[in-house]
Amino acid sequence: MGRTLAEKVWDAHVVRRGSGDEPDLLYIDLHLVHEVTSPQAFDGLRLAGRGVRRPDLTLATEDHNVPTVGIDLPIADPVSRTQVETLRRNCAEFGVRLHPMGDAEQGIVHVVGPQLGLTQPGTTVVCGDSHTSTHGAFGALAFGIGTSEVEHVLATQTLPLRPFRTMAITVDGELRPGVTAKDVVLAVIARIGTGGGQGHVLEYRGSAIRALSMEARMTICNMSIEAGARAGMIAPDETTFAYLKGRPHAPSGAEWDAAVEYWRTLHTDGDATFDREVRLDANTLAPFVTWGTNPGQGLPLSERVPDPEAIADEVERVAAEKALAYMGLRPGTPLREVIVDTVFLGSCTNGRIEDLRAAAEVLRGRKVAEGVRMLVVPGSMRVRAQAEAEGLHEVFLAAGAEWRAAGCSMCLGMNPDQLGPGERSASTSNRNFEGRQGKGGRTHLVSPLVAAATAVRGALSDPTDLD
Amino acid sequence: MEPFTSHTGVGVPLRRSNVDTDQIIPAVYLKRVSRTGFADGLFAAWRSEPEFVLNLEPYRAGSVLVAGPDFGTGSSREHAVWALADYGFRVVVSSRFADIFRGNAGKQGLLAAQCEQSDVEQLWKVLENEPGTEVTVDLREKTVRAKDFTAGFSIDDYTRWRLLEGLDDIALTLRRAADIDEFEKGRPSWLPSTQPAGTR
Repeated sequence: MGRTLAEKVWDAHVVRRGSGDEPDLLYIDLHLVHEVTSPQAFDGLRLAGRGVRRPDLTLATEDHNVPTVGIDLPIADPVSRTQVETLRRNCAEFGVRLHPMGDAEQGIVHVVGPQLGLTQPGTTVVCGDSHTSTHGAFGALAFGIGTSEVEHVLATQTLPLRPFRTMAITVDGELRPGVTAKDVVLAVIARIGTGGGQGHVLEYRGSAIRALSMEARMTICNMSIEAGARAGMIAPDETTFAYLKGRPHAPSGAEWDAAVEYWRTLHTDGDATFDREVRLDANTLAPFVTWGTNPGQGLPLSERVPDPEAIADEVERVAAEKALAYMGLRPGTPLREVIVDTVFLGSCTNGRIEDLRAAAEVLRGRKVAEGVRMLVVPGSMRVRAQAEAEGLHEVFLAAGAEWRAAGCSMCLGMNPDQLGPGERSASTSNRNFEGRQGKGGRTHLVSPLVAAATAVRGALSDPTDLD
Repeated sequence: MEPFTSHTGVGVPLRRSNVDTDQIIPAVYLKRVSRTGFADGLFAAWRSEPEFVLNLEPYRAGSVLVAGPDFGTGSSREHAVWALADYGFRVVVSSRFADIFRGNAGKQGLLAAQCEQSDVEQLWKVLENEPGTEVTVDLREKTVRAKDFTAGFSIDDYTRWRLLEGLDDIALTLRRAADIDEFEKGRPSWLPSTQPAGTR
């Protein structure tokens, strides 16, 4: 009986198979660390007199708290500063490599790992951050963990886990121009719901997925968690190998050949079965935006704000009523008439160079609308440097957008980049939860193309609205 | 970790689905470097509304939260569990929990008891009809009781055993240190190291 991609990677990492109720003990190849979910874990190690078992499989970066302006100055918020300084002390004490603010490799942990070539096919990757699912784009089994598990991995380089179920998400056909990976994943979440992927690893398959770049694949896997899934995966192929070749931590020489030979075995066997299968037709997908307060509450941009009265399921109807009240939206309003005051381009979902290029292409020769604030926050300092080498920053600045340093920024508003009460954003990030971008702030999740077009028109738009 | 066998306390009906971890504790409250002191951030946005259930007597003193489906979705922040525990909650009842939240709860001795949605709705009615009603959650029997309402709940057997015994996961894994050593010997040499390239 054949195995799925996820099962192959799982099986290759079982240190000890659990018997009966006992979970399997799984080896972790790469542990990424940031300042918010690690201090209590390092504290736990100290209290128990334990060390970090494999600092050479651990990498830390500062991302959630860091300001995106004035990064050469001390962090103004003393509590944020303490958290960042605590990470620096912990990394020094336990021998963990850290890319601090100001470092050329600093950035969002899920942008940094892949660009260094540390995220590789068939590996297990964890981080105290739910968007660790991003790394599944390489055919890695990558998932977010809590702080107790961070401590567990630091101490043992393993995690006790029960096998995940598997779900195939097959997207066949060809995406129409202007339809991006972000639209695909928003459509997937709208289809299966925020709890639909629970307990599952989603494997994205089909011709539309195969045609995507690595960065687009990362966008899709990134948001698997918003469908409730443990992880998202895409089988590695020539696109994956081409992306990895020559990166600082990718294998080289004979080791590269050995690795590629193994990576080629990492696909779901023809006779393997999934616990669940979902199909989408790429040809029918359109630019997608969210109207509510969870990522499953999304629709094509051409639609109208839904009427909760028309929703049969009581739990869903109440959720929609609460969402519309919070979002300040009236049923029946065309989504294209929803006015925004803020546009955020960035995050581990859409803060990579291709995202910046796509948005810059829309903004070239155009202006951000009067009264709209647009923040462009590269996912890493390396992405920022690359964008500057290509002159993209000049396009953003000429359009009237703000060009910032790297970090999580307004995706979750832990740093000063926040929405004020009642402010409304079109955001390329991953969560439209109440207050996510600032208390009382209202978020519409969009692709980089929709973000850029929305900045120009001042209302939710895609680039065809600008012609 | 304190063993958990059974708990009796005031039940709190939270009639909301998709209570994500940003609602349980917003990001601005995540900056502490300790495991305690997060109670102030619990449901911070909702607690500014006077009619929010935790602002009403006698729910204020609740320790058993009864919530709608998809509780704990979103961010992996264990601070959500710490905030609930710090406030005084020992049990959350819901018909569906997000995976990471459920895992985090199990590590911290907060019981995530999964019931049928129809049972959650009955329990809501009991707790709303008589505010202050105590709920007893028995982990040995896997039951939730309040007045004459009784329902079973589900939890995986391994987490149940660990909670009943109050066992620390890391200590359990370290019993397998020899297996981990053995596994490491077989790892391919081309796997990545985070040490600066060329120094491995």
